[in-house]
Amino acid sequence: MPTNELAGNETTANTAPAATAVASAGSASEGNDGPRPGTSVSLRGLTRAFGATRALDEMSLDIEPGELVALLGPSGCGKTTALRIVAGFEFADSGQVLVDGKDVSGVPANKRDMGMVFQSYSLFPNMSALDNVAFGLRMRGIGTAGRRQHAAELLDMVGLAPQARQFPHQLSGGQQQRVALARALAIQPRVLLLDEPLSALDAKVRLQLREQIRTLQQRLGTTTLFVTHDQEEALSMSDRVGVMRSGKLEQVATPDELYSRPATAFVAEFVGTMNRLPGELSGDGRAVTVVGVTVPVQAGGPASGPVDALVRPENLTVAPSEAGDGIVTVRTFLGAVTRLTVRLSGDTEVVVDVATTAAAGMTPGTAVQVGLPQSPVLVAARES
Amino acid sequence: MAALTKDLGIATAPPTPPARRRKRSFAAWRWVILLIAGVYFLLPLAAALRFAGLSAFGGVFTTPGFGSSLWLSVKLAAVTWLITMVLMIPTTVYIHLRLPQLRRLLEGITILPIVIPPVVLIVGVLQVMPLALRSSVWLLAIEYVVLTMPFAYRALDAGLRAIDVKTLTEASGSLGAGWLTTLWRVILPNLRTGLLSATILIVALVLGEFTMASLDLQQTFPVWIVLFDQTNAQISVAASIFALVVTWVVLMLITVVSTRQSRRGGGGEVTLFSVAPRETIGN
Amino acid sequence: MTADTTDTVTAPEPRAGSGVRRFRSPLRPVMRALPAPLRHLARYAGVAPFLAYIAVFLLVPLIAIVIGAFQTDNGAFTWSNLNTALHGAYLEGYEQSLEVSAITSIIPGVFGLLIAYAIFTARGRAASWLRQVVITASGVFANFGGVPLAFLFIASFGSSALVTGWLGDAGLNIYDWGFNLYTMSGISLVYMYFQIPLMVLIILPALEGIRPAWREAAQNLGAGSWQFWRFVGGPVLLPSFMSCLMLLFGSALAAYATAEALTSGTIPLTSIQIGTFLNGNVEAGQEHVGQALSFGMVIIIAVLMSFYVLFQRRSAKWLR
Repeated sequence: MPTNELAGNETTANTAPAATAVASAGSASEGNDGPRPGTSVSLRGLTRAFGATRALDEMSLDIEPGELVALLGPSGCGKTTALRIVAGFEFADSGQVLVDGKDVSGVPANKRDMGMVFQSYSLFPNMSALDNVAFGLRMRGIGTAGRRQHAAELLDMVGLAPQARQFPHQLSGGQQQRVALARALAIQPRVLLLDEPLSALDAKVRLQLREQIRTLQQRLGTTTLFVTHDQEEALSMSDRVGVMRSGKLEQVATPDELYSRPATAFVAEFVGTMNRLPGELSGDGRAVTVVGVTVPVQAGGPASGPVDALVRPENLTVAPSEAGDGIVTVRTFLGAVTRLTVRLSGDTEVVVDVATTAAAGMTPGTAVQVGLPQSPVLVAARES
Repeated sequence: MAALTKDLGIATAPPTPPARRRKRSFAAWRWVILLIAGVYFLLPLAAALRFAGLSAFGGVFTTPGFGSSLWLSVKLAAVTWLITMVLMIPTTVYIHLRLPQLRRLLEGITILPIVIPPVVLIVGVLQVMPLALRSSVWLLAIEYVVLTMPFAYRALDAGLRAIDVKTLTEASGSLGAGWLTTLWRVILPNLRTGLLSATILIVALVLGEFTMASLDLQQTFPVWIVLFDQTNAQISVAASIFALVVTWVVLMLITVVSTRQSRRGGGGEVTLFSVAPRETIGN
Repeated sequence: MTADTTDTVTAPEPRAGSGVRRFRSPLRPVMRALPAPLRHLARYAGVAPFLAYIAVFLLVPLIAIVIGAFQTDNGAFTWSNLNTALHGAYLEGYEQSLEVSAITSIIPGVFGLLIAYAIFTARGRAASWLRQVVITASGVFANFGGVPLAFLFIASFGSSALVTGWLGDAGLNIYDWGFNLYTMSGISLVYMYFQIPLMVLIILPALEGIRPAWREAAQNLGAGSWQFWRFVGGPVLLPSFMSCLMLLFGSALAAYATAEALTSGTIPLTSIQIGTFLNGNVEAGQEHVGQALSFGMVIIIAVLMSFYVLFQRRSAKWLR
């Protein structure tokens, strides 16, 4: 791997002069000679319908300058539609897109000054990597020498300087996406848009590229909107994540909050693993009894009727117990953690994560007791 | 990026003020092109219709030679189709499964009939073929197979590529099917579109082939049309229009039906030479 | 821990039945019986019928023509056939053929591309229907051959025909301008009737290879429609366009039916001239000139087709 400024976030001095120029610019958000301050993006009430189905339903989102927001959701939830509306390739039936407070809904896609990275195969096949990256600059009238040099610096930034003269069909998938990233950034866009850029890549390349994208984005301070269906990606890269379903945003929060305080059952189950345990609400609806334990209820759920409690595997306790009402059915070794599937009376199955050291002796067939600590749990209406 | 910005003087593109909604309509130039094309192609048709007169259409069917020549053409088309299918399907499947390295060679061979014009081919054929063959009408069918071979191969090849025939065959074999069963029950049903394309092309070519038939002195439908022109031009023109319209209707029907079938199977539009994936065409 | 990574308490699964046969090719017993080197060749048995067919019904006639082009009546080698074929009326035939083919490949090439582009990029409910109609129509006109078309044009553009009359009423006396349906100008006009649809059909797959992502990426980087076509779309499409032109040229060169139907074989076109050797009056000592003419035509088209293959290779690299 050639040394490039993405090879690590170490504070040791790096080589290329371009690196220092970018580094200083990235940290110069307070002013002096710095680049224009980050751009804010607002989506206001975007609605888009295809016949009877609503791809987007009054979707609103505010993105702070310099932020990386991920739109996460299953396929068909509208996240890509939202991104394409921001980019200008599609049009909302109603609603606005504001960039730095100005409505860009009527501005054609080629004048919006946004950089976009597509899912795959978006490099122009008849141009070398260098010319691909320089294309946006060419459209802006930059002379040949200037744009070639700038493009070369960008390719160096993504670690592909030796591949500058190669053509897309000679590059691997990961390399192509890095060129695509460099191409989008070459025009110094106000906003960076990423449409599932890593979906078509191998797992290992995906991980590497994730880091590179995040590092670059932070260093340049570019406001970024990132669409993905991979929750791990979203959680690891973003400042905030917006979980979408059926055209609506269910929750927009930091990854941490999304995981530990999901606002709805859908978010709770989409992000990470989640158990659904039948429970009995207390009379006033503020406590619920589940697996024999009564715990407070997190605000926002139904106040009466049959409910399920949503609990993460790592928040349950389990211990061998002759009198316990559960039997271990599956035991999966995951390294530091062991995941046990326990069948409770009433045929409910629950997944519990325990430290492997503590899981000694709990082989399939062992009688165990599952417990729940005293902290608020999310409840949702019971699914039959 | 400050230093770079200064060097290059990249200006931020300001958003243009008028926020008008873009209209989703057919651009004007499209209409112009299609209009010109439409006029160019429909005008002769219209004029020919006027020339022939509607009575001529009735007359077509009763004219001597119409029935026999049309029947001959149909028979030739059927025989050509049969030979082509029997010859090309096993060959193409075999190459896909066992001899993928020969695909290049095959593509080269399929260019040959295009390099050798029909008029040249018939010259050579009449020179070397034994008398028994030369005087038979089926010589034409045999040579039509050669003419249609490039198109049939392309259609079948495209169909086979689309269905990953290797995996299907192995799956079928692992479940206990012999090769004949596999071919008949697994491969062929999935090749429906390719077979359809190939059939359409064969029929269109044979029903319209004039060069070799006339030089071989066989009275197929196109040959009859030309010969009959000496006697009654209007009937000839009417017959031409009839042939064109019938072929057009048949092709449209087949295309619509196969698109519907293909859509049901999760595919996209069917055109004469390919199945179009939904992403590249349409809404 | 000696336990497996995943222990389950479930019922044991049934074993796969021993009656499952592995896939066997019908040629297997035959192949087994052969010694090793022959076995390698026997793999090609599957394509043998096809190759044999092509050899007998395509290659043998072709070889016969090539040989005959250099033969005298007694079978001796001679250049005289070729000599005759390249002079006088036959040379004129070649020139005219090449000229007509050039005109009726370039103009339909451009126009066909425009039509294909017009229907390909159309959106909306009517678009799919439009595409079906145009593509099917193209299939019909391209494959059906020149005979019915020739008659359509006789009925409309003949010297006393309807369209001629309509144009005359409008003040456009095309026949006064030198147009004549039964000469080169008319032939060219009629040729375009099947060349344009042919172009539409063969350029569509190339258009389909132009990914929307390229268009969008170009837009995103600031390119307008014209710039996209100038820098990306055009260059990518060019090899395919050239290869289609080669096909069109070959198709026009080889065309026989249209000209024959229009003129009954009286105009100097190589394909027509070849035809006369089969059913016309053949001068003594000139029987093999027809074969020499054919040979010449095959050579020209072979050159065209090698360019075609070259262009196809280039475009295949990009339009994966």
